[in-house]
Amino acid sequence: MTMSILTTSNEIEPVVKIENVSLRYHVPRERINSFKEYAIRKVQGKIVNEEFWALRDVSFTINKGEVFGIIGENGAGKSTLLKMVARVLKPTSGRVWVSGNVAPLLSVGAGFHPELTGRENIFLNGTLLGFTQKQIKGKFDEIVEFSELEDFIDAPIRTYSSGMIARLGFAVATDSKPDILIVDEVLAVGDEAFQAKCYERIENYQAQGMTTLLVTHNSERIRKVCHKVAWLEKGELKMFGGTDDVVNDYVKTIKPGTRKASDRPFFTKRRF
Amino acid sequence: MIYDSSKRANPAIEEIVNAFRYKDLIAHLIRRDITTRYKRSVLGIVWTMLNPLGVMIIMTIVFQDFFGRQEYYSVYVLSGLLTFTFFNQTSTAIIHNLIWGEDLFQRIYIPRSTFAIAAVGTAIVNLILALVPLILVKLVIQSPLSWKIIFFPIYIFYLAGFSLGVGLIVATLALYFHDIAEMYQVILTAWFYATPIIYPYDTLPASTKHLLSFNPMTHIVQLMRNSFYYNFAPTMNELLLVAGISSITLVVGWLLFSSQTEEFVRR
Repeated sequence: MTMSILTTSNEIEPVVKIENVSLRYHVPRERINSFKEYAIRKVQGKIVNEEFWALRDVSFTINKGEVFGIIGENGAGKSTLLKMVARVLKPTSGRVWVSGNVAPLLSVGAGFHPELTGRENIFLNGTLLGFTQKQIKGKFDEIVEFSELEDFIDAPIRTYSSGMIARLGFAVATDSKPDILIVDEVLAVGDEAFQAKCYERIENYQAQGMTTLLVTHNSERIRKVCHKVAWLEKGELKMFGGTDDVVNDYVKTIKPGTRKASDRPFFTKRRF
Repeated sequence: MIYDSSKRANPAIEEIVNAFRYKDLIAHLIRRDITTRYKRSVLGIVWTMLNPLGVMIIMTIVFQDFFGRQEYYSVYVLSGLLTFTFFNQTSTAIIHNLIWGEDLFQRIYIPRSTFAIAAVGTAIVNLILALVPLILVKLVIQSPLSWKIIFFPIYIFYLAGFSLGVGLIVATLALYFHDIAEMYQVILTAWFYATPIIYPYDTLPASTKHLLSFNPMTHIVQLMRNSFYYNFAPTMNELLLVAGISSITLVVGWLLFSSQTEEFVRR
């Protein structure tokens, strides 16, 4: 029996590069809302902006096919980082480099209009996500089938249940395999059966080389699904590396009692 | 597809390129705005035509005695009213979309100008629908129609450019000072009366006309009336003047807005 060492070519190919990224928000010490007030204070030299650094000099690389976790307390800068990968925010300094298209699952059902039908909303939502009319036409039937809404597709979605809306949103956002999928916290998409279907799709895409970015403060979930983890604390990269190393250290900093029991695993960890 | 935050092209040009890439979204936003507005009403889209007609009838009844000497006063009022309503609705919608669309902009990348362009598109569709009752009124009161009406698409083009420019400027300022969005409604009311819509322009004293000439909307309204009221062909001077005003406003608005698009997220 011979063991082939070179079964697959597992070249390491970076898809996301975060290089010395900092992001500064200007938070006015006092809210100045009117122009008059602004003008008066400007003259008096009393405009003081408090600087708030949501991220400070963060660097790491995510490689193709990885399930990459970002862990940290609330306000550590996790969501800010995701928004930069999703192009929503640009860094104040440093560089964000992303290869491939990004599907943010934080936007499931973005811009759905209650008075429009399911059909109309598929097109509206799809174009909001950056697809063209033609692309959506091509995958329309598949979206409807996956969301299991064949009988309701021409009814206004104000008549849908929240589960049905979530199903439709997920179906539109993930119909074609993105290169990078961004998942923020829990994936709440309808009932258990449908949720299983969503995970199956995600795992399928992962097997085809999709990179996943998962943000959570649930360390157990990270441990189950992630290959690599970045730990953010107050906007700084505290630790970066293999899942067990990072999570073990992270857990030590959490006071006992605040840890939540883990839910079901997100998706199974795949071996490279 | 590679995205690199450090390779920042000119933001104004980048915004144009991206808005073009999202042109299908613009079409769907226009569709959404038009179909959902009257979705639950019986007459539906007919209201787009009935609304200005109703206001015109009221204005005619109220002001006929004052300005009755103006020939075909109802056509005079309606043509001015439609033009100003376009400007009012477009600029207000742009401010509203950009300031209150925040939630969407926080979650996914969308070129923000698409929402502004869609507001203009919606207004153009509404204006063209509202031209139907205007023509009907003209036929009913036998106000003359001439071939010179055909120039109106040029005027709508100018009007759209000016409205988009003003909307972008005010929306960008309102980012920093929310009061401006509120103040703008008052400014619009003043602007309405500073534009010859309900009172006759031609019989105004020269000094007042001179004063009104500093208001771009005066020129745009009068241009529109070339088609629908005066039956004039536009002069080259008029066309160049308004083209200049509109394009300068639009360019200033676009540059200002695209230099600040990041701020629409950070607040």
